[in-house]
Amino acid sequence: MNALGGSGVLERVRQVQKERYAAFVALAILTVVSSLLSPYFLQWQNLLNILRQVSYTGIIALGMTFVIVSGGIDLSVGSMAAFIGSLSVLALNALTGAGYSPEVAVAASVGSSVLSGFACGFANGFLITKGRIAPFIVTLGTMALFRSLSLYMADAGEFRSNSALFGDLGSSALVHVPVPVVVMIALAALLAFVFTRTRYGRYVRAVGSNARVARYSAIDVDRTRLAAYALNGLMVGVSAVLIAMRFNSVGSSTLGVNYELDAIAAVIIGGTSMAGGRGTVWGTVVGAITLGVINNMLNMVGISPYLQGTVKGLVIIGAVFIQRQRQ
Amino acid sequence: MAVPLIRVHSLRKEFAGHPVLNDVDVEIRRGETLGLIGENGAGKSTFMKILAGIYEPTSGEVELDGRPVSFKSPSDARRGGVSIVPQEFNLAADLTVEENVFLGAELLAPTRTLDLAAMRGRTAELLAELGTNVSPGQRIDGLSAAQKQLVEIAKALAFDARLLILDEPTTMLTRREIDRLFAVMRTLKARGMALVYVSHKLAEVKAICDRVIILKDGLLVREALVDEIEPPEMARCMVGRELREIYPPKRKAGGPVVLEVRGLSSAGAFADVSFAVREGEIVGLAGLVGAGRTEVAEALMGLRPSTGTVRVSGRDGRARDPARAVRRGFGYLSEDRQGSGVVTAMGVAENMTLVSLKAYCSLAYVVDRDKERAQARAWRERFGIKANDLEAAVESLSGGNQQKVSLAKTLDPGPRVVMVDEPTRGVDVAAKQEIYRFLAELAGKGAALLLISSELEEIIGMCDRVVVMREGRVAGELEGAAVGEHEIMYLATGLQTGANA
Repeated sequence: MNALGGSGVLERVRQVQKERYAAFVALAILTVVSSLLSPYFLQWQNLLNILRQVSYTGIIALGMTFVIVSGGIDLSVGSMAAFIGSLSVLALNALTGAGYSPEVAVAASVGSSVLSGFACGFANGFLITKGRIAPFIVTLGTMALFRSLSLYMADAGEFRSNSALFGDLGSSALVHVPVPVVVMIALAALLAFVFTRTRYGRYVRAVGSNARVARYSAIDVDRTRLAAYALNGLMVGVSAVLIAMRFNSVGSSTLGVNYELDAIAAVIIGGTSMAGGRGTVWGTVVGAITLGVINNMLNMVGISPYLQGTVKGLVIIGAVFIQRQRQ
Repeated sequence: MAVPLIRVHSLRKEFAGHPVLNDVDVEIRRGETLGLIGENGAGKSTFMKILAGIYEPTSGEVELDGRPVSFKSPSDARRGGVSIVPQEFNLAADLTVEENVFLGAELLAPTRTLDLAAMRGRTAELLAELGTNVSPGQRIDGLSAAQKQLVEIAKALAFDARLLILDEPTTMLTRREIDRLFAVMRTLKARGMALVYVSHKLAEVKAICDRVIILKDGLLVREALVDEIEPPEMARCMVGRELREIYPPKRKAGGPVVLEVRGLSSAGAFADVSFAVREGEIVGLAGLVGAGRTEVAEALMGLRPSTGTVRVSGRDGRARDPARAVRRGFGYLSEDRQGSGVVTAMGVAENMTLVSLKAYCSLAYVVDRDKERAQARAWRERFGIKANDLEAAVESLSGGNQQKVSLAKTLDPGPRVVMVDEPTRGVDVAAKQEIYRFLAELAGKGAALLLISSELEEIIGMCDRVVVMREGRVAGELEGAAVGEHEIMYLATGLQTGANA
């Protein structure tokens, strides 16, 4: 056993490095291939466009990383985004209609979005931890519930915002970088710190890796899990209001459709284990960008949009397959 | 009678180049019961698993009736006449007794459908032979451990087993059930079957076996007729030296009471448990598996609901959850190292500070990793943990080192009451000795220790006082010279065991 110690450690270091950088390497290769296939790919405007496109699901995927590492799953994020987006526009219009200044109305709309996202995520987490119901079941249920509520509220139509400022913010940029991208990078930096350097991050990994050991180690397993869902809801809130701003409206039947799949795919491609316990936040960002680059490349090369799902599906399965080989 | 039933010749088995069985030669005769003993890691289970077709030997051969055989799987071995009754029963809980007995080898009617009547009839016959009142149609999950064991034996008999291996068959049984099992074993032996009895309980080996072989570090170190060898001699051969040496000398413990438990009850697990542990004292909590020992520790740790009075240094010590128990001064080393002791996929340092992480945080939530690593290095040095890299996952360490990490995790918050549950399970003798030394040191520094163990040697070697539990209640307390194997077993079973020892 001890004779193996030295080489075992080396092997482990190599594995950790591989796990940490595999997603980055894959993205780099994809970028090189894309730039060879199309001269437009590496143009600044195109790259920023990709980043903006992926930022909405990317932000959700950040929260999803915590949920999946803690040993859970959240299928409701797409529907939740539609629900929260609807609420944010309703709040915005109500306040504008009541004569508040556009700034106040927009600020209140953003605030209500974030808060209601937190509340929705908390509700998921509460049912899962206190109700002792499997995460898959709870979030499958709330997925149907949130979508149905938004459809009912909008009568299956859309909510248009009556604030010009709201829409302007949605297409604004900070030193040429679109606001949602700035938000995604800032949140990723913050959450990466939380994940690797704080007690909570450590507990999330411990709970996802072995909940029994965590419980015997005096860690509040339920609270740790609940917080992961609440955090995820918060991220959905941020994402939902950014999407609403982008279109200056919310389509109750279209917003957030399949977002849960893209978010989960980003997390998985980023190297997070579906079984929980292991993962990285920056990997998730890379995973989200990878999905965006694939779409972009296929568009440029002129492959039918109907086939994009095929490529995406193969990439997801391939990523998990490689993960399995490593274990 | 020249050809033995089984002849094992220079059997060798390596795992990753590391030999666990080294040129073992054994003969097993018809109509004999062979005792197979040895410490954890001595190679007993590997030997047994090769016979039962679970492992294939690296080299060497196994002969059955003088013909070389090589079993590729347990069902292969079973068809060849070798069956095993594993320690963890291999029965499908939702199926009935008869379905289990014929599982994987169902009897078929000429129409290629299940011949239910034939299977039921044969099962009933076998159960009657074994003298049990279990009926073929009963579901497995409604049976007691002893009844499940008989079902396993019936399964072996259904395949006309000629060699039956019993792995630690008595750990889950009461004294009366053990006697009944022994009667069954004698009947089978009289019919010419060969039995291999694997056990840690040397007195039982002496009582039921004809011959005994002793493995140590993969080598066959002794073979003897039981009439020629006494349990203390067996133990010496297993360990390779006097047993007593591995326990540190006992200290005089007469400090104030630290832990006081009065009338502690937990529904379905134990009732009205009372005892006290003084400063610097090591108190043993003994009893059979299922007597409620672990459950008492879990209740004190806030891991299961309970009622009653608990005081730590005079203050209220009851805890509704583990976090509170840690604050009250409790530390608990779980018996299930991999299942509830350490997060095997996480790093050594991360595991050591898992309970006490708060103490390593600056700004309330941010982990100070330098401080954490310094503490992990200190534990590594103190416990002699063989891990070059403190970031490496715990799963890369050996069992003994994992246990030391688990112990460091338990002790890092500096508990006043330290409860250790089977602290040396699955670790080698050297690590065992070290762990005993740490525990004694801990007591020397004034901690109150509660040692839960199924190994009587350990209880007797380490403890100043022993609380014995039986069926969820305290059966009695022993102190000083009164702490002995017979006395503990008497209280643990409620029956006199002297006759068998």
